[in-house]
Amino acid sequence: MAKLNMVKALNQALFQEMERDGDVLVLGEDVGVDGGVFRVTDDLQRTYGSQRVIDSPLAEAAIIGTAVGMALYGLKPICEIQFSGFAFQCFHQIENHCARYRMRSQGRFHIPIVIRMPYGGGVRALEHHSESEEQFYAHIPGLKMVIPSGPRNARALLAAAIRDPDPVIFFEAKSLYHAAKEEVPDESEAMTIGQAQVAREGDALTLIAYGAMLRVALEAADVLRDEDRVAVEVIDLLTISPLDRETLVASVKKTGRAVVVHEAPRSFGPGAEIAASIMDGAFLSLEAPIRRVTAHDVPFVGFAREKANVPDVPRVVSAARETLAF
Amino acid sequence: MPRIALEPRFQVEHLSILDSDGNLDAALEPKLADKDLRSLYRSMRLARRLDERMVRLQRQGRIGTFAPTKGQEASQMGSIFTLRPTDWMVPSFRETAAMIWRGWPIEKLLLFFAGHLEGGQPAPDQHDLPITIPVATQLPHAVGLAYAAQYRGDDVVVMAYFGDGATSEGDFHEALNFAGVWHVPVVFVCQNNQWAISVPLKKQTHSRTIAQKALAYGLPGIQVDGNDVLAVYAAAREAVDRARAGDGPTLIECVTYRLGVHTTADDPTKYRSDAEVAMWEQKDPLTRFKAYLEKRNLLEESLEQQVDEEIAAAIRRFEATPTPDPVTMFDHVYAELPPDLAAQRDAMAASDPAVPARQDAALTAQPGATPMRGQRLTRR
Repeated sequence: MAKLNMVKALNQALFQEMERDGDVLVLGEDVGVDGGVFRVTDDLQRTYGSQRVIDSPLAEAAIIGTAVGMALYGLKPICEIQFSGFAFQCFHQIENHCARYRMRSQGRFHIPIVIRMPYGGGVRALEHHSESEEQFYAHIPGLKMVIPSGPRNARALLAAAIRDPDPVIFFEAKSLYHAAKEEVPDESEAMTIGQAQVAREGDALTLIAYGAMLRVALEAADVLRDEDRVAVEVIDLLTISPLDRETLVASVKKTGRAVVVHEAPRSFGPGAEIAASIMDGAFLSLEAPIRRVTAHDVPFVGFAREKANVPDVPRVVSAARETLAF
Repeated sequence: MPRIALEPRFQVEHLSILDSDGNLDAALEPKLADKDLRSLYRSMRLARRLDERMVRLQRQGRIGTFAPTKGQEASQMGSIFTLRPTDWMVPSFRETAAMIWRGWPIEKLLLFFAGHLEGGQPAPDQHDLPITIPVATQLPHAVGLAYAAQYRGDDVVVMAYFGDGATSEGDFHEALNFAGVWHVPVVFVCQNNQWAISVPLKKQTHSRTIAQKALAYGLPGIQVDGNDVLAVYAAAREAVDRARAGDGPTLIECVTYRLGVHTTADDPTKYRSDAEVAMWEQKDPLTRFKAYLEKRNLLEESLEQQVDEEIAAAIRRFEATPTPDPVTMFDHVYAELPPDLAAQRDAMAASDPAVPARQDAALTAQPGATPMRGQRLTRR
């Protein structure tokens, strides 16, 4: 057991998986000597060499494109895209090739690739360094989209993503990198991709969140417990796609009310799919419309206005109270 | 502090061995065994006949849109002929001649262009990628394959195909740059066929040659007469040997011409003149190679008949292929089907097989089916 922050936990997952499997390699900008701009790949190159931990030229499309080639050959590349806001430069390689190669080749090839990207706001950063774009990847058949919420599940989900035979987009909330430390057992763990967790049990309302918004949802649940005397159930999605509809539906069947929280803009975002899934599975249990607390439908607003845009505890509490009072 | 010329001075060569009149530069003539020369010509002839046949199949509605090879047989065969089966081929979407040489059954290519992904599935032991349609996006894959081969210590060369239009794409430049930095065994074969649908080369690039683009990335680049199979072979041989020896990647620009349509949905009379096409028909890669083989007494009498029979038999096999159930569309999305997707599959499987949704995999188009816009007979 050791207390690790998310950066150290992710770094440990990379070490453990590279130790397990010689086919796993790492490539990206500044991932080698520098250890990544957030130090997630720290010391990997020193241990495994520059052929296996590759400081690539600065070109997102070719990072993913060459990794597709490596995967076609049988390797298991882990790519780092320095910030998720830069991934549009390689979006075509992800959508056209990572997601489709299994289908296109009718199973002759598959792409066991992990694409790690720091995402999300709350770190007073510039444009393209603060956005949340999980909805784009969640919409693409053939991909899996994973977002951990803390050090221990980050390590276990990254291990699972690396072992997964299909392409996994792995978002890491920048605001969580150094936010908290958590006890993590020494031995490697792998969680099941596609399974949400009930982070807190309750019966009055279901709050659904993931990544950096989990903490916001839990704090909102604290406020509602202390001030409103209600027990809110909080679900940590962990995997955006494939979505764990079963856990969502089971919870709302119990609570009758749901609020979804995410940092991505609202329209056509994950909240819409989550709400539709709950409607499909728990319509007769619903006591109130499903609310979404999200960023507004505006492009990047600058970090000076970010607090007014990204969901915070008061906005979640307010939406929950409206839902409870409906 | 004067301005000085930096060394090395860059230089791009053009290689031609057999000109359009069949004149041979004997000093440059590659050493190819008689059986190899026969085999090359046979493959080029087969590709040409198949191409003509496939255009007719498309007009008849028996296959869908496809991109003909006519005119580019020498560029493809001269280059692919230098690969071993254990090497890798990374095609674009117009490499019919090269793909057949690599062992793709003709009926499989027909299935692909009839809308069946089964036609794009390489055999388990085949070191070829399937057809890739988004222009230039396959080039980084070739670099990654080569990197992986080198990482594993395998004796492998990767050959990647693309056209002149692809050289305007970022992926082309990124691939060449990565290949140069990583020093991997890749041969980039550009079939410069002068036209990217309606856009001519002079509107595609201001460079004098495509070959010279390699120099910016620290790689050798060579321009060859792409309608001269001997010149393409000689350049590819050199590039493949260099890659295999660990001396890195090469860009080969094959100057050729698309004698046919871009695809069967295209009408080139809208953007290029008959005179231009007629001029390039004089440079047909088959005509000059045939003359060369005639002089060496290597032509087979019944070749035309043999390849036609081979094509006819493949078409029969293609048309006899059973229609797969559309429910198989769920088979290759993930290694394991997630629950919601399994539910979608089960719903389709439970639906009535007689309803139209279950019949849309019919092997060939229905008579009277609406063709894609522009899908009409053209003068060529």
